[in-house]
Amino acid sequence: MNVVAPFEGIGASLRRKEDSRFLQGHGNYVDDMDRPGQVCAWILRSPHAHALLRSVDVAVARAMPGVVGVFTGADTQAAGLGGIPCGWQIHNKDGSPMAEPPHPVLAHERVRHVGDPVALVIAETRAQARDAAEAINVDYETLEPSVTMAQALRPGATPIHEGVAGNLCYDWHIGDKAIVDAAFAAAQKVVGLDLTNNRLVPNAMEPRAAVGEFDRYSGDYTLYTTSQNPHVIRLLMSAHVLKLPESKVRVVAPDVGGGFGSKIYHYAEEALVCWGSAQVKRPVKWVADRTEAFMSDAHGRDHVSRAEFAFDAQGKILALRVATQANMGAYLSTFAPCVPTYLYATLLAGCYATPVIYAEVKAVFTNTVPVDAYRGAGRPEATYLLERLMDVSARELGIDRVELRRRNFIAVDAFPYQTPVALQYDSGDYQTTLAAGLETADWDGFETRRAEAARRGKLRGIGISTYVEACGIAPSAVVGSLGARAGLYEVGTIRVHPTGSVTVLTGAHSHGQGHETTFAQLVADKLGVPTAQVDIVHGDTAKVPFGMGTYGSRSMAVGGSAMMKAMDKIIAKGKRIAAHLMEASVEDIEFDRGTFRVAGTDKTKALVDISVAAYVPHNYPIDEIEPGLEETAFYDPKNFTYPGGCHIAEVEIDTDTGHVAMVNFTAVDDVGRVINPMIVEGQVQGGVAQGIGQALMEACLYDDQGQLVSGSMMDYAMPRAEDIAPVSVATHVTLCTHNPLGVKGCGEVGAIGSPPAVINAVVDALRDYGVRHLDMPATAPKIFAIIQGGQKLAAE
Amino acid sequence: MYDFTYHKPTSVADAVALLAADPDAKPISGGHTLLPALKHRLNKPSALIDLSGIAELKGIKREGDAIVIGGMTRHADVATSAEVKAAIPVLAYMATVIGDTQVRNRGTIGGSVANNDPAADYPAAVLGLGATIITSKRRIAADEFFLGMFTTALEEGELLTGVSFPIPEKAGYAKMRNPASRYVMAGALVSKGPMGVRVAINGAGPCVFRQAAMEAALSSNWSADAVAAIKQDADGLNADIHGSAEYRAHLVTVMAKRAVINAG
Ligand SMILES: Cc1cc2nc3c(=O)[nH]c(=O)nc-3n(C[C@H](O)[C@H](O)[C@H](O)COP(=O)(O)OP(=O)(O)OC[C@H]3O[C@@H](n4cnc5c(N)ncnc54)[C@H](O)[C@@H]3O)c2cc1C
Repeated sequence: MNVVAPFEGIGASLRRKEDSRFLQGHGNYVDDMDRPGQVCAWILRSPHAHALLRSVDVAVARAMPGVVGVFTGADTQAAGLGGIPCGWQIHNKDGSPMAEPPHPVLAHERVRHVGDPVALVIAETRAQARDAAEAINVDYETLEPSVTMAQALRPGATPIHEGVAGNLCYDWHIGDKAIVDAAFAAAQKVVGLDLTNNRLVPNAMEPRAAVGEFDRYSGDYTLYTTSQNPHVIRLLMSAHVLKLPESKVRVVAPDVGGGFGSKIYHYAEEALVCWGSAQVKRPVKWVADRTEAFMSDAHGRDHVSRAEFAFDAQGKILALRVATQANMGAYLSTFAPCVPTYLYATLLAGCYATPVIYAEVKAVFTNTVPVDAYRGAGRPEATYLLERLMDVSARELGIDRVELRRRNFIAVDAFPYQTPVALQYDSGDYQTTLAAGLETADWDGFETRRAEAARRGKLRGIGISTYVEACGIAPSAVVGSLGARAGLYEVGTIRVHPTGSVTVLTGAHSHGQGHETTFAQLVADKLGVPTAQVDIVHGDTAKVPFGMGTYGSRSMAVGGSAMMKAMDKIIAKGKRIAAHLMEASVEDIEFDRGTFRVAGTDKTKALVDISVAAYVPHNYPIDEIEPGLEETAFYDPKNFTYPGGCHIAEVEIDTDTGHVAMVNFTAVDDVGRVINPMIVEGQVQGGVAQGIGQALMEACLYDDQGQLVSGSMMDYAMPRAEDIAPVSVATHVTLCTHNPLGVKGCGEVGAIGSPPAVINAVVDALRDYGVRHLDMPATAPKIFAIIQGGQKLAAE
Repeated sequence: MYDFTYHKPTSVADAVALLAADPDAKPISGGHTLLPALKHRLNKPSALIDLSGIAELKGIKREGDAIVIGGMTRHADVATSAEVKAAIPVLAYMATVIGDTQVRNRGTIGGSVANNDPAADYPAAVLGLGATIITSKRRIAADEFFLGMFTTALEEGELLTGVSFPIPEKAGYAKMRNPASRYVMAGALVSKGPMGVRVAINGAGPCVFRQAAMEAALSSNWSADAVAAIKQDADGLNADIHGSAEYRAHLVTVMAKRAVINAG
């Protein structure tokens, strides 16, 4: 019998299975781990942005109460610890590899940003470790810091790394400059724009934490860490930093309270607690406080760009030319080099049929916290650039901004569509998501609302953004050719237990995404097992065979596809067992949601009959098939996936103060097949909230000495519920053509599509004030200055 | 946090005695300012004298033409007090816009007023309503109480035990929130009553202050238009990443105008 009631399969808005334990306060986070004999670590961090370490005197600290170990960069160097590796190598225009300076786990000879780890102090309690850290006497000789990219690139700037000339990590490009320049020369109209993409602090709710446990009898290390990808951490840390066989290291990433990218990377503290544990022969716990999170979690965005469209007389885009400077911070974080190149410049076609594109990207070292992928990673920067330039162009061409987009969209029948910047989009329907967005947002009724707002003394504006992004990362061979030092497949194991319940082992990691629910839905849908009997195991290298983790909206597209492949293997084996049990030939066995049937007959076996037979093989084709019902699959995607859509923001500006209030937000996204509409809605809303934060509030600011001015929640403005408009979320589906689920991804679209929609709305609200462009965040004083001056802010 | 000893006295007299005996001891009320400072190790008191066990410091009562609020009274209690809502609705309203629910359930009027954070809300009510500060040894007029940034007339070991607010004829409050901390960027409390016409400005300067020109204007013409024309001098106002002194000066006028409208 095929009974799955109520329907829990693909498309059901199933409540999240994991929420019961989270909402009752019984999640199991790293800081909840207390290992027998555990001691605590405190990291002494540099108060200077740039300084030579003349000496680090730990004698007093070592003698402090409770202290069991104090270690400096000299110690980790002497012990032969490697530096933090970078996972991606970009090549310069001339073909030479990027500059890749060492990134020691503890600063050695020099500190390069405020927060750079200087010493590891381990004591019985956290307070004792901190007391001892305060007793360390560091003799710093301060150097001139390069806080901004402009400062770092200025001739004569103090080099941040020896041997890195001009503080330039790489100077990369894509496209044919001569062809693009020629297109510009022949253009009817050129529209240019200078813009920045503001630096952000990720601020996951749970700060990073790590517990390292060395077993001196077995020589095994266990690391409990707040990671989005425990296998990757194990690989990077064991191979590059600790120089251990991977088999000696287990990495566990239990419940993790948000990541947004910031918990992808291998951080020094992970290696330090492991190594430190071996030194002091006790488990070592480190938990960041919020202040440390601000100055040690990789930041996001931070681009400065010049962009130009060349148009023909009809408003068709002839070419795009972009020059971008991307801040890497003081060291290369794990993914950093690929963000402004292969996650950004390759997206510069957007959803437009731009025939030729040339982009050059300079990646720059500065005396700031390393910058890496943050929700959307490169794609929000590309989208913001394109969608701001689109609006400015529409105005300057005298063409309606919606019409200009329509005219340039890649047509629905043009897929697969090869862009001029390497990517090939498999599917999409930009006209339809646009039309749905305009309708939902009542775009046509806007002027009435604007007039009504004006009567209340408010300036109302509406803004649109149409976007495409590339996620579901990524085909290994492709990314390998682009400089990735890893494959980007995913792994799934389906373990059908004797009584028919299922355990799934997945290399994806859930830190808010709801995998325990959506992955179970795949099993319910395909194998007909109720979700209550499906358990998802993730985040433990000792349990899950392998995995590349969760980022780049890859969990369903790549991780889910691996599960589908593994389930195909289960079904194939199940058919052979069923054929044996029902004395039919394998070719005649059909399978549908839990039931094996001899085609055209009423002879059936349930999945549980098969699993019992597989584990109790009394009547079993033992010569032909192994007992057991467990299969593992690695899935390597054939292409990226390409979600796209239309975001529309509506704002009201208080002319007295300049405060921008979000009054409406509409998102119509094509995320491919929707597994759980409720979770998709939540993911989009969360992403939009972050996008609104970036557009209106968030600004990571350093002073000229490299001190992080917005270094706490007192000064770094995160959006609250009251700052987010009601977000209406709808989907219009075109299926991904190359993965078994047809899914594209929904984790990042909200943060990618929304910032330009918001800024376009703000600029629209200010249409009578002569504003061509304003940089994010659109804070009240900035807007007020525009209103007051009525002045033009933009360059040119 | 550094180590400290902890005392929980049950009377003001005991608390004062503990403070007198140890000059490095500090009182703690809601702890929503003091605890973050301790966690950041910005403060190293030898002992904390927890005032939350002192019953006489809690509560709201009407005494003649005034509402007297005990120092240990939490913002949430002021926000929901029928007594306050009836007599001085602006005070109840102000309490609803301090921080968030968690903050209002811990933070106290005594802690807030004694701390005199330039960006705090309550100092504007104390000064703008012409309240009297009641301490463990005296009564201090609002005009003599707020001396400068984080500085008040309280002496070493002197406890703020309550605040007596004269009931105004009308009063209104408006503030612009700091987008990050949600404290006050610039705010104004305007009132008319037994203490005359008063305009107190918070958030904008290093310390809450009275806006004399606005008071004069409102005295002769109680209307939003009367203050709308008055410009605040930007000299000496706060400037930071959230707004320049000039912007704050402008906000002072806007908030004063809105406060008058809110006063009705
Ligand atoms: C996240 C957050 C947001 C906030 N937002 C706002 C806001 O928007 N507006 C606002 O006004 N406030 C805000 N606050 C502050 C909060 O509302 C409290 O008013 C403030 O923390 C002081 O009150 P408390 O009871 O917590 O004092 P405590 O932290 O206990 O004490 C503060 C100081 O006063 C001293 N002290 C305490 N009680 C007495 C007393 N009776 N006599 C003498 N000295 C005393 C203490 O020794 C200490 O130095 C916020 C706080 C937080 C944590």
